[in-house]
Amino acid sequence: MARRTPLYDAHRALGARMVDFAGWEMPVQYTSVIAEHETVRHAAGMFDVSHMGEVEFRGAGALASANQLITNDLGRIADGQAVYAGLLNESGGFVDDVVAYRFSPEHIFICVNASNRAKDFAWMQGHAGAVKPVDRGDDWAQLAVQGPRASAIVQRLTPLALETIKTYHFALGTVAGVACIVSRTGYTGEDGFELYCPPDRAVALWNALLEAGAKDGLRPAGLGARDSLRTEMKYALYGNDIDDSHSPLEAGLGWIVKWDKGDFVGRAALERQKQAGLGRKLVGFEMREPGIPRHGYPLLSGGRWVGEVTSGTMGPSVKKAIGIGYVPTELAREGTTVEVDIRGRPAKAEVVKTPFWRKP
Amino acid sequence: MADNPKDLRYTKEHEWARRSGATVVVGITAHAQEALGDVVYVDLPKVGAAVTAGASFGTVESTKAVSELYAPVSGKVVKVNQTLADQPQLINQDPYGKGWICEVELSQPSELDALMDAGAYTQLVAAAG
Repeated sequence: MARRTPLYDAHRALGARMVDFAGWEMPVQYTSVIAEHETVRHAAGMFDVSHMGEVEFRGAGALASANQLITNDLGRIADGQAVYAGLLNESGGFVDDVVAYRFSPEHIFICVNASNRAKDFAWMQGHAGAVKPVDRGDDWAQLAVQGPRASAIVQRLTPLALETIKTYHFALGTVAGVACIVSRTGYTGEDGFELYCPPDRAVALWNALLEAGAKDGLRPAGLGARDSLRTEMKYALYGNDIDDSHSPLEAGLGWIVKWDKGDFVGRAALERQKQAGLGRKLVGFEMREPGIPRHGYPLLSGGRWVGEVTSGTMGPSVKKAIGIGYVPTELAREGTTVEVDIRGRPAKAEVVKTPFWRKP
Repeated sequence: MADNPKDLRYTKEHEWARRSGATVVVGITAHAQEALGDVVYVDLPKVGAAVTAGASFGTVESTKAVSELYAPVSGKVVKVNQTLADQPQLINQDPYGKGWICEVELSQPSELDALMDAGAYTQLVAAAG
């Protein structure tokens, strides 16, 4: 039986088409994926991301305990700041990709993927230091308000001065009278906020935001638009572009690995990888012949299998068929031609600079 | 739900066929485009290609999914809707008109009789809920 977020009835009332995602019944679209995508790029869209998991580390030593689980460094950011990070296994592969929030050195809050909630928590329990994690996944709902109008809309409902919350920073405050973690983060390539709130206030917050944002064009947006928006940014999706057998170095996420922070799980494996040189890299490509690349399609070079497409779509903003996939390092340079095996028909694609989408 | 035109015949895979003399124009139904979502790419058959009733003759892709197109009748493709190469969204906007996919010269006109009429097709869609 699929789980439902507190907003399930609200989605149905808005005419959403629901799909199973990581064991959750989630809205994939309300009207049209393309329309919702464009709304986020040009006005603002609101996503229910309450299926995401949360884990907390609290008490003296919380920072050290959490920090040695992740690739990024909670020691070098300030209280009220967050980092994107890898939670790695001993082989350097991703257990998950996470956002870690530093409330204080005694309070670390980590947002994890819905698909990995149980796996991550077990992993963290097994590999944490003195301070053990607490699963808070059922204690939080989460709404993401994203787009150029997002800040103006949320500002109308909160006493917080949002201009003081920079990207990847957060604050505690009320939004529409609901106590929230207000985080300037997202997964769309647009400015915006992710609002963590108590599940029993999620409907009130959702409705208040829809009403306050109506004149700015705020519309609900589903997982379909979330996927096309993140693909245009080449943001990795766990289970597609990254997984237990791919490392942050291979995924082009070297910037989330802080070598000067001391030991963390997976570090030794990454050092070996770095020393030996990377055999494959995650690249972005644009189709040069008709067709749309999809997850799992083979990538070919001169008719020979060289890798697989991990994500692909027709990008509504870039208006091109775009894809992401792993190729041998020697084929990873921009301008390299590869072929995508589209159900038996090879179609040319070119490795390009990413993100695919840049604000005009 | 859009009305399914009375002058068309329908397949259970949600294609339609409109006869005009020796040829039929083929497309996908309002229900099919609704279920697919935004159509972003159509892999059209080539003019001159032979198609067989019930066999795949192309694909239509939405933002999220790839869906096969099944020929409602057997015959030879005599015309394809090239406009769909640049404007695949016509399938969403006008599935029974500007969103037509191809025109097929019938090799076995009797195959049309095996297809559903609008009433039967509307019932099929309603039953699938």
